[in-house]
Parts: sequence; structure tokens; C-alpha cells
Amino acid sequence: MDEKKTPLLDELEKGPWPSFITEIKKAAETNAGAKDLLHMLEKSYEEKIGHWKHGGIVGVKGYGGGVVGRYCDLPEDFPNIKEFHTVRLNQPAGFFYTADKLRQLADVWDKYGSGLYNMHGSTGDAILLGTTTENLQPCVDELSEIGFDLGGSGGAMRTLSCCVGQARCEKACIDSMDIIRDLTIHYQNEIHRPAWPYKFKIKVSACANDCCAASARSDLAVIGTWRDTLKIDMDAVREYVANGFKIDQLIRKCPTEALVWDQEKQELNVCGEDCTRCMHCINMMPKAISIGSERGATLLVGGKAPVVKGAMIGWVLVPFIKMEAPYTELKDIIEKLTDWWADHAKNRERISELIGRMGLANFLAAVGLKPLPQMVNAPRSNPYISWTAEEVEKNG
Amino acid sequence: MAKTDFGPPDFRELIPPVIKENYGNWKYHTVPRPGVLKHVSHTGAVMHSVRIASPRLVSSQFIRNISDIAETYCDGFLRFTTRNNVEFLVSDESKLQPLIDELDAKDYLIGGVGLSISNVVHTQGWIHCKSAVTDASGITKSIMDDLADYFTGKIKVPSRLRIAVACCVNMCGACHCSDISIVGIHRSIPVINHELASKICEVPTTVASCPTGAIRPNPKEKSILINGEKCMMCGNCTAVCPAIKIMDPVNDGVSIWVGGKVSNARTAPMFSRLAIPFIPNNPPRWPEVTDAVRHLVEVWAANARDEERMGEWIGRIGWERFFKLTDLPFTDKHIDDFTHATTTFRSTTQFKF
Repeated sequence: MDEKKTPLLDELEKGPWPSFITEIKKAAETNAGAKDLLHMLEKSYEEKIGHWKHGGIVGVKGYGGGVVGRYCDLPEDFPNIKEFHTVRLNQPAGFFYTADKLRQLADVWDKYGSGLYNMHGSTGDAILLGTTTENLQPCVDELSEIGFDLGGSGGAMRTLSCCVGQARCEKACIDSMDIIRDLTIHYQNEIHRPAWPYKFKIKVSACANDCCAASARSDLAVIGTWRDTLKIDMDAVREYVANGFKIDQLIRKCPTEALVWDQEKQELNVCGEDCTRCMHCINMMPKAISIGSERGATLLVGGKAPVVKGAMIGWVLVPFIKMEAPYTELKDIIEKLTDWWADHAKNRERISELIGRMGLANFLAAVGLKPLPQMVNAPRSNPYISWTAEEVEKNG
Repeated sequence: MAKTDFGPPDFRELIPPVIKENYGNWKYHTVPRPGVLKHVSHTGAVMHSVRIASPRLVSSQFIRNISDIAETYCDGFLRFTTRNNVEFLVSDESKLQPLIDELDAKDYLIGGVGLSISNVVHTQGWIHCKSAVTDASGITKSIMDDLADYFTGKIKVPSRLRIAVACCVNMCGACHCSDISIVGIHRSIPVINHELASKICEVPTTVASCPTGAIRPNPKEKSILINGEKCMMCGNCTAVCPAIKIMDPVNDGVSIWVGGKVSNARTAPMFSRLAIPFIPNNPPRWPEVTDAVRHLVEVWAANARDEERMGEWIGRIGWERFFKLTDLPFTDKHIDDFTHATTTFRSTTQFKF
């Protein structure tokens, strides 16, 4: 076979940052699909256009999703990626692996696929990039033997994802990894058999730093918080200050002026009622200030990227909910949300767009949640209030 | 038939003993050197995590190499981060320096912790996506080659800075809430292949897919029509009807957005806002994009106060000064005309000249 050149892509092997082109070339040493992928990508770089066709349905037995059909539009030139489907593998919570587990995965994927991965995709799955229709079923069968199951695709609950949480973070107010694990097992049917108008994403961040971008990237964001008062270790505060920590700056940055520093007594005090648990002081003084004791989560609904009606950051739905296994109250809310949404949404309408169309108050009534001031930045500023027939007295 | 619906591997079988023993009981962490986290538990137990850059798109060789390293220094335990870095989890402190030495010797980049520019969250691009306007991996590689010293901690920044790249407006990354984001955009109206549309286009679904009502049925050709004046080039119709094409190598390109964040620290989460409406696609290294990103990073780093994220800095100085300091033109393209438009218009006489 003639050795085609890739002068444009070769430019992306230069420089200090690890190169994805080097990775594709490594896979191409032994894999014909990866080799064709490299050369088709060079063509895209020359022409400034992609060469992947519009979808195409593929599947494996017992699942309605989890694999995504991908066909190139130049099958004669690149026969080894004529079919080059994606397998979405549900990642372990917190993206923890062992060397053995990863090697098992590589063994199966080298046998049936391109030997290329995204670790990880934007939703959280381990993405196996490229295999043939014929290889899909045996590949998924063998992945199942080593303990890997498919993730979600299409109008389904998508693969859930979370931050590292209590496994390795002192700020974790909730057990994000256990919540994700529990919900993932509970919702296997919803993840694997698309039955909804569009995608529905759930992400869990164990504190308001939101390391998995739950509020921006999930229809239902679970964000750890507490409702008593943060804790201050005064000796540790004094140690920070003695070592030159800029305590004045910390006080100034508190968004609600809830912190007071008594220079004379060398004492830091917090007004619990004023604190909005933003995490700033805890982030700055992790040894001295820590999260409160009465822990739970805030639920936000509706985060999403722009398609179709504009990007959203989740809206407060439940200011505080306890988060103890088996998370029955949370599951109850998830079911109410998804039932209402599946009943009313148009094709490709996410839940926040539906709430925008139907009204937040109507949505709250439908799912049985009480309106609360924490849900809004400010109350209504126009006089066009809706009243139900029952609320208006009959006149004549 | 193989068993189904059993879910992912259980994390409890994949975490090191030091995590099992101290789960939920960590007290604090420090950053002893760039790219290394030291977590200390209430019992006094210590775990180090060493973070390295990854290109996200990796080969089996990469997977096996990091597995071998984890086996040598970490009893086989490692993880990935939400920003596509790899973390080696070191329980035995005597193995920390040898691990760092081996990573250095093999040219892995250690960094991405705390006050640094961490790895880029990005999308698939021309490599494997049907709707890619650009190649996210190529742009990411080019940007991070240029900003590598910010990742490794050689150059300090006032606060963390998150970069995201999405190859189309679907934004399969947190582009709408990142300090700097690069988003592939179209600038020309989709083209309809009427003959193909008459065979495969679901007309009602396609009409309904348009957020601006620009699409109507075309009974004469059993196809559809697009009103170019209403079309905002979102590409949503191309996702439901394969007979509509929007790719345009001449007019497609990227836009740059600034000031978004997801953390609630100090200020509420913020949307990214338009800074640069259009830069042509210039593979393989997108020099105009890398220059623009570096410029934004440098102006922010020179002017922001400690702990001020991009959006917080702009919030303090005002957009008028942001455009002045960055020397970027403010144009009609920067004025919102979509769903949230009126919420972005200013209603106060408080502004700067």
C-alpha cells in the first residue's frame, strides 16, 4: 500500500502539548481504520470541511441506544472507515480506574475497534471511536464480560456524571459518586431505551464550586450544600494570618459581608444567616474553614447548551433536600419532572424550554412543588397576573 | 445473549485503599508543587495526586502506558478528571518523586491544578462528528501548545481560567459558561437538495425544528423553503433532515466568547459573552485564534485582581473598558437579538467613557 503523507496534521505533532495526531498515528500502526481516519482528517484539514455523514441507525441486542452510527461520505477512498461507529461506555463514577481494568478495555477495543478513545466524552462516557456494524455486537458482548455497560444516546436519560466528591475532596457536602452510581443502576431502562422527546441529563457536584459543571450542562443539577453554618477553626485561621495570608482581602471578597475579622482579638466570625455558602472563604482557607454539618443538596433544573432556544444555567427548583441513600425523594422528583416533560414537550424540546413555554408557576403546580422566593431573582414586575377560576369570586 | 443493564464498573472496586479508608473524611488539601495535590484526612492519612495533560483522544498505547506507570507507582490506581486530565493516585509518599521524575523524563506535562490554566474541555470536530464546523482537537492542541507554561505553573495567573472549544453551536462542552470559549459558527444560509428532500425529508418535523420559524413547506417540490432573512444558521434543521446542508468551507469559522463560569464562588454562575464574532478557519494551527486567546489571557492576567475570574474582572471594570483594554471592536454582532436579548440592554446612566 502506498504511504500517503499528512503534512498538515504533522504540524500538530510539534509543540509541548500532547498530540492527538501522534495518538491516531500510534493506533494507525496496527489498525486500518485508524489509518484511514488519519488520511481523511488530512483531507478535512485541506478542504476545511468534515466528511462524516448524517447519522444512521445501528444497534445492539437488548439496547435502544448507546452506540451511535457513523459513516463517512468517501467510502471508496477510505473503505476502512466506511462504517466507523461510536460505542458510548458508561464510565465508573468519578472516572476511577485500575490499570487492570483499563488494559482489559484496551484488549477488547484493539480486537474489535480502532484502538482510539475519548477519555472522556463531554457527557462523561468513555467513548470508543470507530468500529464496523459487524463488530458492534461481539464487541459489546465482550465489553459486558469485562464489566462495561453502554451509556445513553438519543431521547433518553443520558449517562450520569459527577465530581470526585467524598472520595477525595474535603468540600464534598454529599456523596456524589454514590448518588450517581445509585441513580445509574436505578434508571438503566431510561438510559438504555430512548423513550423521551429529547435528551435528559443529570449531573452531581458535591459543592457549589460545581466541578462537573452540573448547573450549566444538566437538565437536573444536584449541587451539595448545607443549611447550618460553616465551621471555623480559629487556631488554623491565626496560623494562616501569621503566615501572611491576606485576611482583609478574604473579608472584602465575601459576597454578603458575612465575615468579620477582629484584628485585636485575632478572631474571624461568620454571620450564618447572611452566608450564602458560595465556597470562596473555604476555597481560600481550606485548613481553617470548612463546610457545615447539616448537609444536603440544592436541585437546579434546566441547564443546557444553546440548541434550540438559547443556553441556560439551571434554575433553583429545590433549595434544600437531604441526600441519603436510597435517595427516594430525589427519585420521586426526577420521575415527576420527566413524566411532565415527556407528556408535554415537542420533539427536541428540553425541559427548560418547556418550562419557558408553559410557565414556571404551571410547571411547579404540575410537579407538586411550592413556589419559593429562592427560585427567582425578583418577583414579577408586570401586572398581568394569571388567576384560576377558583381564585376569582363569581359575580352575578 | 450477553447480560444487559448492569451499569458501569462499581467505583468501590476501583478506588485505592487510602480512599476507601478515608472516604468522606478528608480534612484539607495543599498544592505542594504545580500539578500535585496533597490531601490530608482527619486521621492524618495522606494521598498525593499527580495530574498530567492528556489530548483526550488517546490510543490503546497511551492507555497501556499510563496503566504501566500507575502500576509501578500507584498500585495500579488512577483516574481521569472532568477536564480530561489523568491523575495518578499515590498512597506511598516515597514513590511520589520517582513518579514525577519518570513523567518528566517521558515528557508528560504535569500541571493544571489551582491557579493555572487547566486542560480544555472540547468536542469531537472533523475527526468524528457530522456537524463539525471546525476541528476542536486541532484548535485545542494549538492553543495549549501556546499556553503550556500556564498549565505547568511556570506562569502564574490571578485566578483559574477555563477554556472550552466546541466545533458547532450545539456546544457539546461547557462553552456557554467558560472563561474563554471558542465556538464554530456558520455564516451562510443552509442549502436544500430538493430532489433528495422529496424522498427523505419529514417536512412537518423539519418545519417544527426551526426556532425562528424560517422554514415552511414547499408543496411544489415536496420539499421545504428557508427564509434567509429569518434564518440564524443554528443548523438545527440539518440535524432532522439530511437533505439540508449548511457546511461552507469558505464562510464557516470560529467565534470567541469570554467571561462565563459555573462555580458559585463569590459571584453567581455566568454565561460566556461574545468577544470576537468571526475568525476564519485556518488549519492546521489556527494562528489567529491562538493569538486572540493569548491576548485575552494576557490582558486579563495583567489587569485582574487576585481571585478574579475573567467574568468577575469584566464585571468590575465594565464591558466598555474590556473592549478598550483588549482593543477589540464592539459591533452590531455583539448586540443580542435572540431570546434573552432585552435582558442584556443597559438601563442605567452608570457607565464609563
